[in-house]
Amino acid sequence: MDLIKAVEQGQMKEVPNFQPGDTVRVHVKVVEGNRERIQVFEGIVLKRQGSGLRETFTVRRVSYGVGVERTFPVHSPRIEKIEVVRRGRVRRAKLYYLRDRVGKAARIRERRD
Amino acid sequence: MSKGILGRKIGMTQIFTEDGNLIPVTVIEAGPCVVVQKKTVETDGYNAIQIGFMERKKAPNKPLHGHFDKAGVKPMKYVREIRVDNPDEYEVGQEIKVEDVFQSGEYVDVTGISKGKGFTGSIKGYGQARGPMSHGSHYHRAPGALGALGPNRVFRGRKLPGRVGGRKVTVQKLEVVKTDNEKNLLLVKGSVPGPKKSVVMVRNTVKSNA
Repeated sequence: MDLIKAVEQGQMKEVPNFQPGDTVRVHVKVVEGNRERIQVFEGIVLKRQGSGLRETFTVRRVSYGVGVERTFPVHSPRIEKIEVVRRGRVRRAKLYYLRDRVGKAARIRERRD
Repeated sequence: MSKGILGRKIGMTQIFTEDGNLIPVTVIEAGPCVVVQKKTVETDGYNAIQIGFMERKKAPNKPLHGHFDKAGVKPMKYVREIRVDNPDEYEVGQEIKVEDVFQSGEYVDVTGISKGKGFTGSIKGYGQARGPMSHGSHYHRAPGALGALGPNRVFRGRKLPGRVGGRKVTVQKLEVVKTDNEKNLLLVKGSVPGPKKSVVMVRNTVKSNA
């Protein structure tokens, strides 16, 4: 098991501490033809899943009335940076219940500590 | 030219390529192996080297002890033969490390003993389709018809429930993603037969490298 960690270690990145319920801005590198630009995806972190290099997180946002969820590998080289905009207070690790809620009901209390 | 090494399957993970794509890899702790014996056409009728992997904890029996003593190497847990074109390129007692044998970008065949599944039905064993579970059906996981009535017997080779897995399996043409001499690691793209910690033999592929 430790050998697997050793293999993964080399590619792990320093990422800010964030949890489900937090609002984050993910700066994604997008390649268009031979040009590369940065696209920002902002939303609430629904879950973090997996461990080590294989860890992923899912961000949900509602744009033009349509819910959009994107899942990113935490240590992906295509992610320029992750900014934590707001920290949320939630009582579970997977916030799937947000999918059934819109507007005011989908709010998350802010965490202060 | 054929070449190969013995290793231990450690497990699977993923790594990122330079352009950010994730690829699945199997981590194999390959080598170091030692050459225990050389076989040549003159003496044995074919060309091969016998290589040993991992030191033995249990003392070997006398004939095996003599075999290792003759080569002047420590008793090894696993001993396998690999066909080579020219055994004279190797010395008895020579240590073989991963990077001596494989570089990243090469293609290999990996042989191991697949995970045993025990006695299974024909659905798991052969991938047959299941019958309906409801709507009055009583035909769920049975193997189906056994053939024509006329011959008054079931023909040999009929797919019926039985033992699955636990046999020698070779996966061909897996790409070597990375090698590491320091930790004796070999990373191949894709999956490899067998459970973790099992011994696998990695040889260069018999398929064309195109």
